[in-house]
Formats: sequence, structure tokens, C-alpha cells
Amino acid sequence: MSDPSEIRVCLPPEDATTPWTLSSYQERGGYQAWAEVLRNQTPREEIIETLKASGLRGRGGAGFPTGLKLSFMPRDAQGQKYIVCNSDESEPGTFKDRDILRFNPHQVIEGMALAGYAIGATVGFNYIRGEYYEPWQRFEAALAEARQAGLLGEDLKGSGIAFELHSQRGAGAYICGEETALLESLEGKKGLPRFKPPFPAQVGAFGKPTTINNTETLASIPPIIRNGAEWFSRIGVENSGGTKIYSVSGHVNRPGNYEVPMGIPFRDLLAMAGGVQDGRTLKAVIPGGSSVPVVPGDVIMECTMDYDGLSQVGSALGAGSVIVMDETTCMVEVLERISFFYFAESCGQCTPCREGTGWLYRMIRRIRTGEGTHEDLDRLKSVADRIEGRTICALGDAAAWPVQSFLKHFRHEFEAMIPRKDAA
Amino acid sequence: MDAQTTVTIVIDGREVEAQPGSMVIEAADAANIYIPRFCYHPKLSIAANCRMCLVEVEKAPKPLPACATPVSEGMIVQTRSATAVDAQQGTMEFLLINHPLDCPVCDQGGECPLQDQAMGYGQDSSRYQEDKRAKAPLDLGPLVATAMTRCIHCTRCVRFGREIAGTMELGATGRGEDMTIETYLDGSVDSEVSGNIIDLCPVGALTSKPYRFTARPWELFSHEGISPHDSLGTNITLQTAHQAVKRVVPRNNEEINECWISDRDRFAYEGAECDDRLTQPMIRRKEGLVQTSWEEALAETAAAMREAAEQDGSQLAALIHPMSSMEESFLLQKIMRGLGSDQIDHRLLQRDFSDDATAPAYPGLEVALSDIESLKGILLVGCNPRKEAPLLALRMRKMAEQGGVVGMLGSHVPELNFSVCASHAVKPADLPSAFGALARGAGVSDSIAAAASGHYGDPQGSELDGLLQVLSQAGGDGIILLGQGALNHPAAGTVRTIAGRLAEQTGMQLGVLSPANSAGAWWAGAVPHRTAEAKPAKTAGANASQMADLTVHTVLLYGLESSIDHSDPVRLEGMLDRAQRVVSFSAFRSAVSDQADIVLPIAPYTEFSGRYLNCNGVVQSANAALAPRGNSRPGWKVLRVLGNFLSLVDFDYDDLEQVGAELSCPPAVSMRSADGSGTVPVPAVDGSDAATAEDLFTLIAERSIYQADPIVRRSNALARTRDGSAEAFCRFHPGDLEAAGLSGVSQVQLVGQHHQATLQVTVDRGVVRGSVLVFVGSSTTAGFGSDSVVSVRPVT
Repeated sequence: MSDPSEIRVCLPPEDATTPWTLSSYQERGGYQAWAEVLRNQTPREEIIETLKASGLRGRGGAGFPTGLKLSFMPRDAQGQKYIVCNSDESEPGTFKDRDILRFNPHQVIEGMALAGYAIGATVGFNYIRGEYYEPWQRFEAALAEARQAGLLGEDLKGSGIAFELHSQRGAGAYICGEETALLESLEGKKGLPRFKPPFPAQVGAFGKPTTINNTETLASIPPIIRNGAEWFSRIGVENSGGTKIYSVSGHVNRPGNYEVPMGIPFRDLLAMAGGVQDGRTLKAVIPGGSSVPVVPGDVIMECTMDYDGLSQVGSALGAGSVIVMDETTCMVEVLERISFFYFAESCGQCTPCREGTGWLYRMIRRIRTGEGTHEDLDRLKSVADRIEGRTICALGDAAAWPVQSFLKHFRHEFEAMIPRKDAA
Repeated sequence: MDAQTTVTIVIDGREVEAQPGSMVIEAADAANIYIPRFCYHPKLSIAANCRMCLVEVEKAPKPLPACATPVSEGMIVQTRSATAVDAQQGTMEFLLINHPLDCPVCDQGGECPLQDQAMGYGQDSSRYQEDKRAKAPLDLGPLVATAMTRCIHCTRCVRFGREIAGTMELGATGRGEDMTIETYLDGSVDSEVSGNIIDLCPVGALTSKPYRFTARPWELFSHEGISPHDSLGTNITLQTAHQAVKRVVPRNNEEINECWISDRDRFAYEGAECDDRLTQPMIRRKEGLVQTSWEEALAETAAAMREAAEQDGSQLAALIHPMSSMEESFLLQKIMRGLGSDQIDHRLLQRDFSDDATAPAYPGLEVALSDIESLKGILLVGCNPRKEAPLLALRMRKMAEQGGVVGMLGSHVPELNFSVCASHAVKPADLPSAFGALARGAGVSDSIAAAASGHYGDPQGSELDGLLQVLSQAGGDGIILLGQGALNHPAAGTVRTIAGRLAEQTGMQLGVLSPANSAGAWWAGAVPHRTAEAKPAKTAGANASQMADLTVHTVLLYGLESSIDHSDPVRLEGMLDRAQRVVSFSAFRSAVSDQADIVLPIAPYTEFSGRYLNCNGVVQSANAALAPRGNSRPGWKVLRVLGNFLSLVDFDYDDLEQVGAELSCPPAVSMRSADGSGTVPVPAVDGSDAATAEDLFTLIAERSIYQADPIVRRSNALARTRDGSAEAFCRFHPGDLEAAGLSGVSQVQLVGQHHQATLQVTVDRGVVRGSVLVFVGSSTTAGFGSDSVVSVRPVT
């Protein structure tokens, strides 16, 4: 049973039996926007202006306005340009793109075609997380259907417009979700983030201008073009248009993806997910995936789930991956697990992250095993501070923020694990 | 700088002018404001990975890497603000947590950027209490020693290979803490410029295997030298301690070698330092060669030479190795000519001298080395720039990377470190006709090109088509470069003449990659037909090849190993057998000819001062790094005293400068024929294939990079490299091996008319069909220089 506050824009209706097929998608109005573009040769600016007006912001974590991002492309310049979809969803706690690919692959295809058209790209790539085998199969099948239906390829429907789309599977590195590391990996190289400038809009895949968007962002585009910017912006709140899929996991009774309007109170979202498991008390929530700062339970209960709401409490919406922790959770253990993740996934390219993530993890492990000292707590903070903002990509920040926020809100739990000198 | 084309930025309160598009670190360097760095290197791409150069930029929310932040008008940069210093200290702390703090036992200690910068940005004690990371050392071969635990992952070595050397030998595998610089699947590093990663490595991870732990940088004395092994005139610094050369490092010269040197330039000093050095004059007595005094040795030499000269000047002959300095060549020819002989030559490997009369004043490249990268095309004829002059290949690589086209014509199409657009392999005998056909295809209507093109039909649409396209794409903005395969060809005169016509026709420049200091030897007069400064000689003396057929009274061998350093060592051997007196000037005991009657120990290039003329007509001076070992003496001093013993006039030089003063500065390089009339006699070109019988293979004789001269031949480290063992192998096209039923055979015996040897078999698709490539720089293979065909038998 669908929750009354759920609005499905990127996810298909719950009652559709095989929503991933072309016919099912077309029954829901799918490919109408693309067909219209092919028919009318809609000016590129018009699409970009619509997206700007819709208030759609990047759903991959950074929340950059999508229309603005597309406008950075030299869309009328000669030469090959690319649109890339980032389906490398690897942030712990995030599983929304998996369901979009599994259940609504055609909407991603249509979104990429529309975005590709808007920026003058005739080729697109969807970089899919390596572990997402079933979603990749669904996407490949959808690609075949779309090609068959003349929706992808050369001179589509006699319009003179060409758009070809390829999927590429990742090989298991978190860092390849970082857009420039993704491009390196797409080119067949080791996934190391590039330093910017130049930005991908100038030098992207294979050295050509490229725009990279998250799966959910691109899947949002067809309904916006179909229904208009106002329809979309009205769904959300000021400064955060549209719906958002929240991947709710952790200590809740009904974990899963919930697509709801931006700006939904956390309290309501928690209720949709069936509330805290076994009736226990909420302790803390990581609201946007493991990299964003943790928010204590009592604080987040008063929060709305949108870019501004979470930024006001010192955290971020990220990819909308809500990790709920109840009163039984040991915050030291959680941080140990999170910092191990970033230690293991650091690409090793820049010094602070390569050397610092391991240091952080080892200090936290030492504290957790009862071998820490009070100096370690200050040192943890200081090492995290020396990683934050000093690296080529945001992985350094992602490794630092949890440490800083856990210490800020739950320092007492860490202190409790440090043996007292007089205890022996 | 022009105010309109620059931007003004403020660094630490100082206004600094900078080029638009340049990085903050470049502007700071130009203004002498030091920003610490590890991964940044002006010759490599920007990586921005070490994070040591983080600086504070106004309006930027976080510190930015100075190496990757472009300047913009009005930018305000703080390199020493609290934010910047905290960022730099933070990076230093991270770099040091896993880096061993054992500088006293590290070879880099004392010249280590990490050590130096740790003094400036590090703390006195570490906050790191966890276990340190350790990595097993890598085996990169005999030249580069590794201590990978010390690696700070700056990737300079990786970028050098990928960008400069054009060889992807090193890469970074693993991620995070496990990121490791290594070779793919434990391969070795075989690049001929690999030693540069030692200089690039900012820590003690990559050090020189022959040098390490033999000295400390602060005990080394530096001496400015010139590498004598190829014709580029690479600037080197020889560093000595405890009366020995400990190592050789590059000396920056943007016009010639930039900041690089080849491994041959770097490690050849080991040969000069070897135990095989000759340190006493010797003279042949009944019991063999016995030690003697300089006095007696020189007196005997003078007596023998006088006796020969009294019969006739033609009873004297002298061969001199082209790596000799200009002063050595000059004095030796002055002695010979003072005694009435023009029989002196340094062109030991050359076989055809038919165009001597019209040859330019000295060989070289009409294009400046630093301009090669901006050419549009290069045609290589019988040339392997990678092995003949490795740093020239790096310049060519830059050109190819910028879109320049490269074509190759020769009997062996070697694997290069840049992309080649078209290549055509021909049997040695077909080189002049193929080249002639190419010239005709390019529009040369000259009779020489027509005659030489012989049985080559219409070049358009043939296998020469690709090369024609290279010529047309170069559009006159390129160079035709002749290498050893062309210059030592039996019809080299024809090849040179065709090259001249082709250059004229296409508007391309011309270049000849002659060995070592050959240009200096030409200008100094160490050729039979010209005296110093390219003045015509009185008589027509025999050239290096003709000399091998003579019967003369006295032969002087200066700096060469007669059994190896000649195009036809078998014939030369006969000549030495027939001579009454053989005088060997040598730095090495084992390089002395068996026939030598008098042996004069001369110093190798590390132990004398002298001048070298490079392929761009630049005269450069090298300083002696050491006093000559034992009783050996700088060759120019020996020759000067020998001149006195012979009572020749004008031999009372007080110092080297006085010798040099007798040689004027050479004119700019011009490879166009001296008379320009085009009346060069065309040697009969036999286009037919010498190897007609089934089991006969045409022999292609090349010199490998580390057997080029007696000194480099004796470098232990170089001998253990892959290139160092080239002489042990013969190379066949895989199709030939299959056709001859030799697939899978690992060893074959090559039997020629004059020489035979058992060699290991390597497959090489670059070898022209029906031929076998043999490297003739060692005593086991040198005899093949006298053969043109061999039969091949498997050895089981």
C-alpha cells in the first residue's frame, strides 16, 4: 500500500507489474518528451531553461542546480561532446539508483537523451556500479528495446538528431563514483580523480566536453519536460524542487526507498519507514550517506529533509541515504566501520587522504579496543581537520566529516572507552 | 615582460608578473618565492597529488595547490600565512608518518627534498603511534636501486616514463595505503633513459645502484663534463670522491639535453673506473709486453715513426676513435701530417667514402636540437635514434606527440618510443634503390636518384607510399636524418647524395647522426683528405677502410679496440699483422691489440680536459674530473710530447688552451654538398639480393648502444641491462624462422665466410625478411662485420 505522502516521479507506480519494459513506460507517458524533441527540434536553450526553472538539483550528493550545470557546456561548439550518467552508487547507505535502474530504466535513457540533446552530445555513457548486475541487465535490455523502437541511434525518426547510449560496468571501486575518477575509469584507466580545473565541461571523457549527472537527476528530467517546470518545483520546497528518493536503512521497521517531496519532515519520513525498530529510542541519524556529518536524534526530529534544512543542523542531504541508529548503537563502533570504509576506498593519489584515512581508522580501532588515550581524541580531530579540504576530490572530506561530527556529538562515548589510569 | 600580455598577482605582499595560464608556483619560482613541493616538476605534467604546495588564495574557501592553480589578475596568494603553513605542515606530517625516519642510513640523505623540507615544515617528534608501512624493494634491473618503503607516491617516475621516455614501465597499482609504484608483472625497466628517475625521485626510493652507499653528497666534488658517447654533446656533471668518479648527473642545458641524460651518459663512467685500466707504458720484448718508462716508450714510438716516414709518408697510418677530444684528433693529425702522411681517419665503421670530396666541413643536424620538437615531420633512414642518441629520440617524441609525422626506411625498423606513421624495411643492398625511388616519387628528377632507384618501379601506390605521405605532410618543415644503417652502408655515398637531393627538392633540413665526437674529429682534420678546419690535404691518404688493405711500416691505433672498432676487423687484423710496428694508445689493458709493439696508456674522458663539437656545431669544453690513474696521461699531453720527440715544429704547447687556439670556431652546420654541382660519382649499386641460396641470410650488422666505444663497453652496470646483452642475440623476422623451420629454436650457429658464432635467437618483426640482425660490438660478433651473408644452423 502506497503511503499518502509518496509521489513517484523517478520510481514507477507500485502497481505496475513489469514497469521496466518499454510498453509499460510508454503507457505512463514515457518517451513523449523525447518524441516531441525529435518532432519539433525544440531549441536546446528551452530545455535548459525549463530545468533551471524546475529547481532540480543534482541528486548525487553535491546538490548543484542541474540546469545551470548543463548550461556550462559549450553546446553549440563543434566536436564530440558526451553526457555521462553516474550510476556508480557506492556510498554506504545509498540504494536508490539501483531501484531506478531495475524498475524504471527507460526513464534514465530518456533523461540522458534529453540532457544529451540539450548539451549537444550525441553519445552517452551510463557507468553502472559493478555489483549491480541485475540492474545492469535491465538497463541493457531497455537499451535494446529503445534502439529497436528507433529512440536511440542515428537520424532518429527522421529528425536528423542522433543519440547513442552505452552502458559501462564499474569494477568495484567507491572512488569511481567521483565524477572525474569515473571518467578515468570509463576511459579504461585506473580510477583516480582529476584535479580541477579543467572541469569536465571543458575537458571530460576522452578529453571532450562532458556533463556527468546522477541517475536520479537524469530520471527526473523526462517528467519535468513533459509536465513543466512549475509542476516539479511546486512539489518540493523553496530552493529544493521536486521529489527525492530517500533510502532509509538501519534501525527502522520498514527499510527501503521512499520517494517523497523535498522538504518532508524527518519525523514523517521515519513514520513512513515504520518508526524506530522494536519501539526503541532514536539515537542518531546520518541523513545523506556515510560521508555526511551525523545528527543527534533529538535534533533531526525537528528537521526537514532538504538541502537547507539539513545544512542548518551542520549536515547535508547528500544522496538522501538515511541511516537510522537507535539507542543500542555504539557510536565508536559505527565510526570505526565508517572510517575503515574510507581507509579501504581511498584511491591513494593525494597524501592527506592516502596517509590520513589509515591513521584515523587505526586510532579509532585502538580506542574501540580499549587501548586509546585522551590525547587520541584530540589527535583524531586534528588529523581529520588536516585532511578536510586538502585533497583533490571530496573523499578526503567524506573521511573527515564523520570523525568530526561523531566527536562533536558523541565524544562522551569515545571517552568512556579510554581506560582510566587508576583503573589498573 | 610586456604588461599587456601578463597578469599581476600578489604573492606574500609582493606584486609578481606572470604569464596568463601559468600556475602560481611558476610565478612564485620566477619571483624567487619558495613554495615547498614534491610532485611538481617543470618538465612533467601536473599531478597535484603531493599537496605540499598548498597555499592560501584570497576568496578560495580552502588552501589550493600552487602547482595546479592558474594565475588570474589581482589574485592574492599567501604562502606563509597561518592557513598555508598549517596545510603544508599537515602534508609534511602525513608524508612522514609512513616514511622511515632513518636518514643516516638512506642513500638520499643529504640531498633529499623530503629531508630538507621536513626541516622547514616538519615537527621535532611524531604524533604517529601506529605501525609504519613497509614495502618490499623492487628489482628494476642493474641501474636503479629501490627502497619502496621510502616512496611518497609523487608519481614523478611514472609520469617521466609515460610522458618523456615514452615507455610505460612503471605505474601505480593498488589504492589507498596499498598504492605502490611498480612495474607491470615484475617487468624490469629497460628504457635507455631510465636513470633520470633517480634524479626525479624526491626521496630515497629510487637511487643509483652502482653509486649508492659509496659516497655522501657532501663529500662529492663536481666537475663539468661533456658526454662523449654520442654526438649531442650532453652536458654532465661528474662527481668524484676518494680519487674516483662516483657518479654522473645531468647538467641543465635547454638547448641540448634539457635536464635529462641517457643511461649511457650516466653509467659509462663505470667503464673508466674499471680494473682493466692500463697504467704503465709497455713495450714488446722477447718475453712479450713489459712495463717501461714513458721516456723509452715515446722514444721507441718516435723512432718507429721516423723510420717509416723516412721511407715514405704512406708507410705511416693512424686510426683514431671518434670519441677522442678535438685536441687529441688535432694533435694526432698534426703529427701525421708533420711526418708527411695523410693516412689518418676516425671513420672506423664507414665503408663507402665515395663522396669525400664534396662532404661538408663536419657532419651534424641542420636543425637545432631544441627545434626538433616543433618540426612537422622526420624521415629516418637507417637510423635508430633511441639507441644511437637517446635524448634525440626524446625530442622526436615531443614532435610526434604534437602531431609531427615520422617515417622510417631501413633494414631494421626498431621499436621506437614514439609513434611512427610509415615504415618500410628493405634488405641492406636495396637501401639505395629504395631511397632513390622514394626521392623520385617526391619529385627528384636527378639522374642519381633515377639510377639508384633501379629495379624499384613506380613509388606511388607502392610500399613507399606511406613514406611519401610523411614527406608531403612534413611540407618542407622537417628533417631527413641518416643514422648508422645509412652512414655505414656499403653505398653510403649514394644514400647521402640522394638525401641531399631529396632535402633540396622537399625543402626539408638534412641531418647525419654520426657517432661520438666525429664532428670534432672532422673539424680537427682526423680524415685523410682534409686537414684541420676542412682544408684540403696535400696527398690523398687512405681512408679507414682502405688502410686495412695496406702494408705499412708503422700503425698508430688511438683509443680503439682494433678487433671490434672497425667495419672489417678481419681485414684490419691482417694489416696489423703485416705492419712492422704497431703503437697502441689505450686506456685499457684488454683493448690493446695483440700485435701492439708499444703501448701508451692514455686517460679516459673522465681524466682529461678537452673540447667536443656537437651535432649542432656547438663547441663545448669538458673538465678533467680526476688526475689520470697511475702512470697514464691525457692523450693530448702524450701527443704533444711525442711531437717533441719527433722534433716537429710548433709542438711546444704549455696548456690545452694553446692547442685549442689553433682550431677556429667551426661554421654553422650545413649538410649540403661542398661543391653543390651535383657531380658526385654514383657507385655501382648492386640491387640484387646477395643471399640467394636457401639457407643463406643477409647479414645486417648494427652496433648496440652499450658497445659503442671501449669505455661504455666496460661499464658493468650497463653490461647487465637488456641492451647490454644485445650482442648475445641474433634477430630474425618470425616469418623467416618459420620458413626456415627454425621456430622454437633458441640457439643458432651463424656461419659466414670470415666469421662464425653461436647466438641466441630473438624474434623481431622489424627485421627485413630474409635477413638476420647481428650486433657486432663484442669480440664474439665483431668478425661478422667482414661478412655480408651467413648460413644459419640450429644448435640443439
